[in-house]
Amino acid sequence: MATTETMTLNMGPQHPSTHGVLRLVLELDGEVIVKVTPHIGYLHRGVEKLSEHRTYHQILPLTDRLDYLAPMSNNLGYILAVEKLMGVEVPDRAETIRIIMAELTRLESHLVWIACHALDIGAMTVFIYAFRERETVMEIYELISGARMTSNFFRVGGLSQDVPDEFVKKVSDFINVMPGYLDQYEGLLTTNPIWLKRTIGNGVISAEDAIDFGITGPALRGSGVDWDLRRDNPYSGYDKYQFKVPVGENCDTFDRYKVRLIEMREACKIVRQALDRLKPGPVLADCPQVCYPPKENVYNSIEGLIHHFKIASEGFPAPEGEVYQGVEAPKGELGFYIVSDGGNKPERMRIRPPSFVNLQAIEKMSVGTMIADLVAVIGTLDIVLGEIDR
Amino acid sequence: MAENNRAVQKLREKFAASIIDVVEFRGEVTVTVAKTAIIEILSFLKQSLQYNLLTDLTAVDYLGKKEERFMMVYLLYSIPNKDRLRIKTPVSEENCSIPTATQVWRTANWLEREVYDLFGVTFEGHPDLRRILMTDDWVGHPLRKDYPLQGPDREPYKGRLS
Repeated sequence: MATTETMTLNMGPQHPSTHGVLRLVLELDGEVIVKVTPHIGYLHRGVEKLSEHRTYHQILPLTDRLDYLAPMSNNLGYILAVEKLMGVEVPDRAETIRIIMAELTRLESHLVWIACHALDIGAMTVFIYAFRERETVMEIYELISGARMTSNFFRVGGLSQDVPDEFVKKVSDFINVMPGYLDQYEGLLTTNPIWLKRTIGNGVISAEDAIDFGITGPALRGSGVDWDLRRDNPYSGYDKYQFKVPVGENCDTFDRYKVRLIEMREACKIVRQALDRLKPGPVLADCPQVCYPPKENVYNSIEGLIHHFKIASEGFPAPEGEVYQGVEAPKGELGFYIVSDGGNKPERMRIRPPSFVNLQAIEKMSVGTMIADLVAVIGTLDIVLGEIDR
Repeated sequence: MAENNRAVQKLREKFAASIIDVVEFRGEVTVTVAKTAIIEILSFLKQSLQYNLLTDLTAVDYLGKKEERFMMVYLLYSIPNKDRLRIKTPVSEENCSIPTATQVWRTANWLEREVYDLFGVTFEGHPDLRRILMTDDWVGHPLRKDYPLQGPDREPYKGRLS
């Protein structure tokens, strides 16, 4: 007598649609998924352990490498946590530039998301277009920090340096053309019957389940929960900006796609408002115990050199206590929890990675669907393994 | 002040015997409670006080600094009220286990696996307690303070020689 049994299939860690080194062990009944077991940790670098052995300034470059598609958002989360611990006030200009960069980073991260998500589902043109626009953001990164990805541009108390003169024009040009490009993507996808068939009704997760699984960011808003940290627990001066928080209805991949597209348009608006607010002024707080001295002092005076040497080698002692700072990173709530024992290094630094928590729901969202739909679910969760494995 | 916090007042009313400490630092309220009541308190906060999102669950190793070595940290968030609350509970090295919070929030599943993996704290009643970031055959728990930074087989780093 013929019998049927389920098949176990190993997907990843080297697989183009797992966005890095994610390994999924699938149990299949034909092409239908019965069970998904994610295996992670292939990219574990021990960032939390390393942080316990570095001064607060030295940890900053490590945070670039968490979510490497949105380096400045990681920098911002960490910097804000340290500033909260130290009680440092940041000058207005530095805060505004931080917001410009955080929102450009959101655009950049979402551009990679739409590119890869569309490519996974089979729409290759969008991939080429979105990477073209991402290149402009990378150029802005390079212009201000010298690096395209590992920016390391923010500092505790402000920025490492002021932005060059052409920065405003470059950003302004980019956000003027960006909405037009978004129309292009929508033209390629929103009315595309194949795209609709692949995304509507795919990866459904109800609002209650999404909260229960701890999902945050656009993935949670796609399920109809109206919650955005930028608006509800404002940080870094976000309360001065006007923007809409898009919310989905049907809890599926298509709604999450729409939410992220609107978020990109809103990010352009926030950058526009920030450019209008940008006034000349200092970019580093007047707080010599914590901040590096300006470069001209370091090069031209012995006091400046000693000051720089002291901050670079010893760092600064932080008061005893513990703080948590969550920011609305492109992928969800990114949190930094720092426990200080009064020394110049954290006793413990915990990173709350949005991708790690969001990925946990993959089983809930994909059991009972086909393998091809699982690929769409990975795309819609928008995970980055650098952040999951830390 | 921390005492004016609504959640702290409710907890004081209901779980007076289990509360060890209440601290406010930089506007963040931290309540330290006894391990025996932790699940009861977490469920109460979720059901009665609308702390519906478990943002984070982690641990801190206070080797040689506190009587009880580990401190479990639960970071709760209330989406309706937009406020945070941190609940902590000490766990000793001799009795290195704590009841699981997976029945309260499904988020806790992977977060507890991570604490188990990196700190070696076990969770009673956890449905799938396996290592998550390190390989299955890994020996030791890397985030413990007595675990060397450069790995188990190397001389510990003693700072620059010059």
